[in-house]
Parts: sequence; structure tokens; C-alpha cells
Amino acid sequence: MSRLCIALCALIAIALPFSLLMGRVWIAPWAEPVPHAATILMELRLPRGILALIVGAGLGGAGAAMQGYLRNPLADPGLFGIAPAAAFGAVMALFLGLAAIPFALPAFALVGAGGAMALLALIAGRTGGIALFTLAGLMIASLAGTLTSLAISLSPNPFATSEIVTWLMGALTDRSWSDVWIAAPLTLLGLAVLRRTGPALDALTLGEQAALSLGVEAKRLQWWIVFGIGLVVGAGVAVAGIIGFVGLMVPHIVRPFTDRRPSHLVLPSALAGALLVLVADTVCRVLPLASELRLGIALSLLGAPFFLALLLRLRKDLT
Amino acid sequence: MTLRAQNISVRRGQGDVVKEASFTLEAGCLTAIVGPNGAGKSSLLAALAGLLPITGAALMGGREIAGIPARERARIIGFLPQQSDAAWDVSVQTLVELGRLPWRSAPGRPARASRDEDRAAVRQALGVMELEELAQRRVSHLSGGERARAMMARVLAGEPQWILADEPLASLDLAHQQRLTAQLREEAERGRGVVVVMHDLAAAMNHADRVIVIDRGRVVAHDRPEAALSATYLREVWQVEAHWTGEAGHRALILG
Repeated sequence: MSRLCIALCALIAIALPFSLLMGRVWIAPWAEPVPHAATILMELRLPRGILALIVGAGLGGAGAAMQGYLRNPLADPGLFGIAPAAAFGAVMALFLGLAAIPFALPAFALVGAGGAMALLALIAGRTGGIALFTLAGLMIASLAGTLTSLAISLSPNPFATSEIVTWLMGALTDRSWSDVWIAAPLTLLGLAVLRRTGPALDALTLGEQAALSLGVEAKRLQWWIVFGIGLVVGAGVAVAGIIGFVGLMVPHIVRPFTDRRPSHLVLPSALAGALLVLVADTVCRVLPLASELRLGIALSLLGAPFFLALLLRLRKDLT
Repeated sequence: MTLRAQNISVRRGQGDVVKEASFTLEAGCLTAIVGPNGAGKSSLLAALAGLLPITGAALMGGREIAGIPARERARIIGFLPQQSDAAWDVSVQTLVELGRLPWRSAPGRPARASRDEDRAAVRQALGVMELEELAQRRVSHLSGGERARAMMARVLAGEPQWILADEPLASLDLAHQQRLTAQLREEAERGRGVVVVMHDLAAAMNHADRVIVIDRGRVVAHDRPEAALSATYLREVWQVEAHWTGEAGHRALILG
């Protein structure tokens, strides 16, 4: 493991205990004992903290793999339409009033992600080319977004509408261990798959044709990318809703600390993503607002200016 | 190992950009592919490298290239695309290391030996292309010629039995053109097959063992340079009146 990864692990190890102590109820080991402290820690904050790490790791790692695969620093794991499709699945669960049934919402989200993955895999089987494939992904994203809007506009009552809209903003509020058990295995498997594509992503640094000549099998790579991104993003959306910008921002922050090979970026980006989402979620929890700031909104507030700065810097490099 | 084209056609859009090309190339030879713009040189080269869907067959030592597993094919054929660039701002060292990717966990190679071999091959490729001092420099800080040399070093690092390069000389200054040409000749003399797409007819005349002339998708000549680049072909294919002066190995093309 590289020095960068060790440093990030150390930061996570420091941040996690602090995060557990902070929130509406502050639990300080040196102060008066708080009633129900153990329950708050074990049943509310620990699963939430771990979920933040898992979702963040997934988004960061997936972002690094996507940027490597598309050879584009502006790529984001949402691009292929898997995240919007998963969100549409979850919205359907809310629309049909099934969200109260345990596991129904994440299951619907995973079905949505699976649908998008199947569509992408069908397209991937036909061509190994990246440009056409990305366009197809954008179409899926746009379709899923439209269907989600349709569901909102047709929703049976204002409560369902507000429930859907709130859910779409993305958050980790009131999550439990069951969410961790859904997200953890899928995300870890997905990240392992993405890490395995590393050498092929490295070869793509030289362009599609050079990558082919170095023994990369374009179609197979596309399958693995769809599979890995689908698992990670599907699991993330299923438990946390749409959380943007992490997959875009984190690889950029991490890249200068690596040798810039895509394969050497996936793991540190996963760790940095985990750290970012954990810290952001903790900040959301402790901000003194009337109702808790939604994590998705907070990260977008942070991400949009970052994205603009990035564009400006790229423009400077181009001119 | 011979590289054989058997009625190769490459389809792009409505028409064939390469039409029924047939020839046999020997290892140990430097073959130049020449022709006017848009003649199908790059498509022919990519087809020989097994990178394009073709009709007909490309055979490497009698085996159909399309049937060779991709990683194994990559260890046999090193391919340099035209105007290659790097998507990420890696160092020259890292770029050249990418040439070793086909050797990752190759069958029958213990991991440690393979790491040592990788390091030696990368060092040698950097040396041959005179890039040792630039090894830690990032690609965005290189001149066009330095970048072209780094890309060529990447191909050499893969230690392929055949080197297929699409205009490797194009962005080099005279000294480095000469140096790379000499290097390609040396690779051929060591028994490798070398196939190079060229625009400079004098370089093809003076340094190639064989020349393939391609015009509008058809191979019109595959011969010794003197025969393939004769005044007749220059007139028919390039539509220029020209003749050669000087002695063998030092010929120059005089227009008009």
C-alpha cells in the first residue's frame, strides 16, 4: 500500500471517532454521561458513519475508474445513467407507497441500477467503442431523469411528492445497520472489480487503438466497467440517494499525489471519498439549522464551485 | 516468423479503404509502407497489427492474428499509432512502463524475474531513445519530438518480435530521424520484423529493405526500393515528375 493510502487511512481513523461523538447530542467522554449514549453511538452514529465511509469510498473509487475509462477528467460515475436509473427505482417504491416495507426501497433502487446495467451491457456487447457507449449512457440517464419527473408529477398525494423530492436530495439521516449490510458487500465487490480493470485503464492512457495493441479487450473491459460501476453506484443510491460531485472532485484532489496512472488512483480515491463524505455528513449533522442540511445538497454546494474552478483551470491549460 | 496478408480488405463506411492486399513480409527486414494522403497506409498497418475488423486474413507465422489471444498478440506485435498522445500527465518513465503491460503475469514467468525483466527493458528502451535524463519529466513538459521518442520507447520496451509504427519519424528533427531510422534498422538486423508507414520517400529509398506502395486502397508495388519507387510509380501514384540522384543508400529525390 502506498504512503498516500496509509495517510488517508490514518485520517479516517482519526475522523471516525470524532464524527461519532458529534451531533445534535454531543457525547464527550470527559463530560457528564449522556443518557442512552451507548444506543446513540451503536445504533445511530456508528452505522451512519460506516455508511458514509462505504458510500464515499464507492463514489470516489468509481469516479477514478470512470475518468480513467473515458480518458476524461470531467467524467463522473453518474454519466452512464446507472445512478439516475437507481434513483428512479427508489422513486417508484415511494410512488407506489411501498417504502414502509423493509428493504423495498433499496431493492427497487438496485433493480433500477440493474436495468440500466443490462441496457448498457447490451450496447457494450455490440461495440467496444467508448464514444457511442457514453452517448448511450447519457440517453439512459436522461430517460431515467424524465421518468423520475413523471413520477413526481403524477404522484398520488403531496406527502408522496415531498417524500420523493426529499429522498432525491441524498442523505444518510436515520440509516441503520441493515443499510450497511446492503451497501457494504455490493460496494466492496464493485470496487474490487474496478481495481481489477486498472491495467486496462492504464493502457487507455495512450488512446483506444494503442490500448487495443497492448492487449486490452475493449468489449470485455466495457463489461467489467459496467458491472463494477453498477454495483458501486447502485448500492450507493439505494442507501443514500443521489450524492453528486464526490466522484468528480475526489480523483482530482488525489491525482497530483499519485504518479497519475489510473490504476494507482482507484484505491486512494476510494479512501479520500470515504473521508470526504464522512466529514461532510458530520458537518451536516452539527450545523445549527432548523432541520438537518441534506448531505447531497451540502456536497453539491461544495462541488459546484470546485467544478467551476476546475473548468477555469483546464481552460487556462488549453489556451 | 513471417507476416502475411491474404486478400485483406478493410471496410470503412461505404467503401473499402484497403482492397484485397496480399503480400508476405519477412522478419529481419525493414519494410516501408508509402503512398499519397488517404491511400490507406494507416488502415493497412492497423489491419496487419490485428486492430481492425478485416475480410481476408493476416497471418503471423502461419497463425491467423485475429485468433491469437489479445495479450499474446500484444507480446508479438508492438504497434505505434499515428500522433499518439497521453490522456494523463504521467512521467516519461511511467509512459514507457506502459509498454510492459502485455507481459503482466505472462504464462511461465515468475513474478520476481518478470519485475527485473520489466525494469531492464524499460531502462534499455529509455537509453536507446536517449530519454534517460527526461525519465522523470512529465509528458506535458516535453517537446513534440521528445514526446514522439517517448512513444517509440514505449513500443520498444514491450520487446515485440514485430514493430509496426505509423509515421514514427514525422515530428522528429533531422538528427533524431536519423537516429531512430538507424535504431529501426538495427532492430531489423537483430531479426525483428519492422514495418513503418513513411511519408519521406528518400528515407524509404535509402533505409528500407522492401517498400510497399499503396494507392487508393490497392497495393500497387511490393518490391526492393529501387523498383517500387521508380519514376514510373512516382508519376502514376504521386502524380509528380521526379527522378533519383546519388548512390545507393544516399539517394535524393529531384522533382521536375
